[in-house]
Amino acid sequence: MTRRFFTHGMTRGSWVFLALLAAAGVLVPALNLGLPAGHPLHMPTYAVTLSGKYLTYALLALALDLVWGYCGILSLGHAAFFALGGYAMGMYLMRQIGPRGVYGDPLLPDFMVFLDWQELPWYWLGFDAFPVALAMALVVPGLLAFVFGWFAFRARVGGVYLSIITQAMTYALLLAFFRNDMGFGGNNGLTDFKEILGFDLQSDATRAGLFAASALALGLAFVLCVAITSSRLGKVLVAVRDAESRTRFLGYRVEHYKLFVWTVSAMMAGLAGALYVPQVGIINPGEFAPANSIEAVIWVAIGGRGTLVGPVLGAGLVNFAKSWFTAALPELWLFALGALFIAVTLFLPKGLVGSLPRLWANATSARSKAPPDARTKAPAAAE
Amino acid sequence: MPHHAPPTMPGQPDPHRHDTLLYLDGVSVAFDGFQALNNLSMVVARTEMRAVIGPNGAGKTTMMDVITGKTRPDSGTLRFGETIDLTRHDEADIAGFGIGRKFQKPTVFESHTVEDNLALALKGRRGPFAALFHVTGDDERQRIDDLLSLIRLAHLRAAPAGGLSHGQKQWLEIGMLLAQDPQLLLIDEPAAGMTDAETAATAELLRDIARTHSVVVVEHDMAFVRALDVKVTVLHEGSVLAEGSLDHVSANRKVIDVYLGR
Ligand SMILES: Nc1ncnc2c1ncn2[C@@H]1O[C@H](COP(=O)(O)OP(=O)(O)OP(=O)(O)O)[C@@H](O)[C@H]1O
Ligand SMILES: [Mg+2]
Repeated sequence: MTRRFFTHGMTRGSWVFLALLAAAGVLVPALNLGLPAGHPLHMPTYAVTLSGKYLTYALLALALDLVWGYCGILSLGHAAFFALGGYAMGMYLMRQIGPRGVYGDPLLPDFMVFLDWQELPWYWLGFDAFPVALAMALVVPGLLAFVFGWFAFRARVGGVYLSIITQAMTYALLLAFFRNDMGFGGNNGLTDFKEILGFDLQSDATRAGLFAASALALGLAFVLCVAITSSRLGKVLVAVRDAESRTRFLGYRVEHYKLFVWTVSAMMAGLAGALYVPQVGIINPGEFAPANSIEAVIWVAIGGRGTLVGPVLGAGLVNFAKSWFTAALPELWLFALGALFIAVTLFLPKGLVGSLPRLWANATSARSKAPPDARTKAPAAAE
Repeated sequence: MPHHAPPTMPGQPDPHRHDTLLYLDGVSVAFDGFQALNNLSMVVARTEMRAVIGPNGAGKTTMMDVITGKTRPDSGTLRFGETIDLTRHDEADIAGFGIGRKFQKPTVFESHTVEDNLALALKGRRGPFAALFHVTGDDERQRIDDLLSLIRLAHLRAAPAGGLSHGQKQWLEIGMLLAQDPQLLLIDEPAAGMTDAETAATAELLRDIARTHSVVVVEHDMAFVRALDVKVTVLHEGSVLAEGSLDHVSANRKVIDVYLGR
């Protein structure tokens, strides 16, 4: 039953994706650690970390696809869940610094000493334990999403209005985390991390390990998404997306379905943030910026919403392009992103992956000179 | 208290009789001051089929919205069976009690296959966790096969519902309604967009359904209403103008004025 649950929805494309991801998860660390720096196939550590960062973005995109692509909930605040997961991990990493901070306080992070705080706030307790921090990276975004969704979906807030309040949510968190008295390092956020689970964060091996962990997390989340979307529940989600009131009149309590998938998605985004922070070495309120959430939406749109693989590719491609642009032509990046988004919306409304079957069909039918678009036409009049 | 009263001919309906399934009394709904339903009263018996006619804007669809929990009435009594007060429940609850509806504009899940549309409608547990771990059983498959042949879409079972013709979508939606196996079916303009042959087949299908279910059909097509051969309720400006056989109401002066005069 469980085996069937996790595998019956896997298509050939899904298997290919997982195989490629697994190969990357093994090869990238091997090419970095196993080959000497001068070797032509050696992968430099900065590239490993950059790719690891892309994987966490891909996980965020996957989470967003689950709610937007399958249930029609356009979240413009998913970066908030990502950032909360990041802060949970950042708090763990902060506490691992111990007495090695600038002020040398054995318990308090530097920014608290600077603020003249005498003791650790209660909500920092327990974060010295990795399992607690990891659990919180899932629970805190999940809880916020649950409470937010509980009110929003029961009140039947949907469409643009929901998008706007998700944006307001991330903006409110941005302002809150900027405040020093919140106890999360204010403007500067959390940084200067030293170790994770006792491993030096600057070492190549740790970087490679974080990359592999990100690949593993993405793979597991992908399998979970396949299981969800190919189940009866996944079909109800698509039904809600396509005809919400029809679904209600069939007896489905739409708000419960939305709440379920919304919460799962937020937890996935939190996990992505938790993997992101040790790789980039910092988490600050900027991660709550509304623009971050909007960028994630663009990754999904470009890759193809409702395809799972598409958003992963979209996140990778767009961020690869971003890295290149911000190095070569930084002032042009936003224009390029905007142009790409408009081009995809106009010419490939289903995104890259969503449009592939049609492009493929057109290409093959052009070759065999068959009339185009003679596909799913129903045979004339049943009777 | 006996739960199954013998089926009787719907004569003069009495809300306290056990064969009353749906009971509306003095139901009113206003939209921004416009009275869409105005003191509407109607009683539908178990296994009765009722046709509802009336000019555009008479309140026929609004009546279905009120019964199914989409619109809250401003006043009036709405009862299902002997005990359920429909005004206190939402759409999902009301569907769970056994009231299904077909929309005026056929509404199916366009990106799902014909088969999946039926599967989603099949009577069963509706919670997200039940759905997550649901495994389609042989009995469900059998039921879907039966429905597919009944609505004559067996050859299109794997086609996306969005590609169906208007008439086929109407049939699919009726099939979804049957899959729910409700006690009461509310069917809004089933014959719209159908050929004459399809219309006749639909009338026959509905009469068949009405042997075991209560059915309320809204329709403008008089040939179709005649083919149903059941009691007719004429709505006008949100209340009942006349009730009786089609011939009886057609002879009614007020009905003639409403349809021809204005
Ligand atoms: N949600 C709404 N808001 C405002 N007015 C509404 C709403 N729903 C219905 N109405 C109005 O109520 C009146 C009754 O509408 P209803 O759809 O019930 O008519 P109908 O009898 O089904 O007509 P038709 O034969 O055209 O389907 C119409 O004037 C309509 O414009
Ligand atoms: Mg109507």
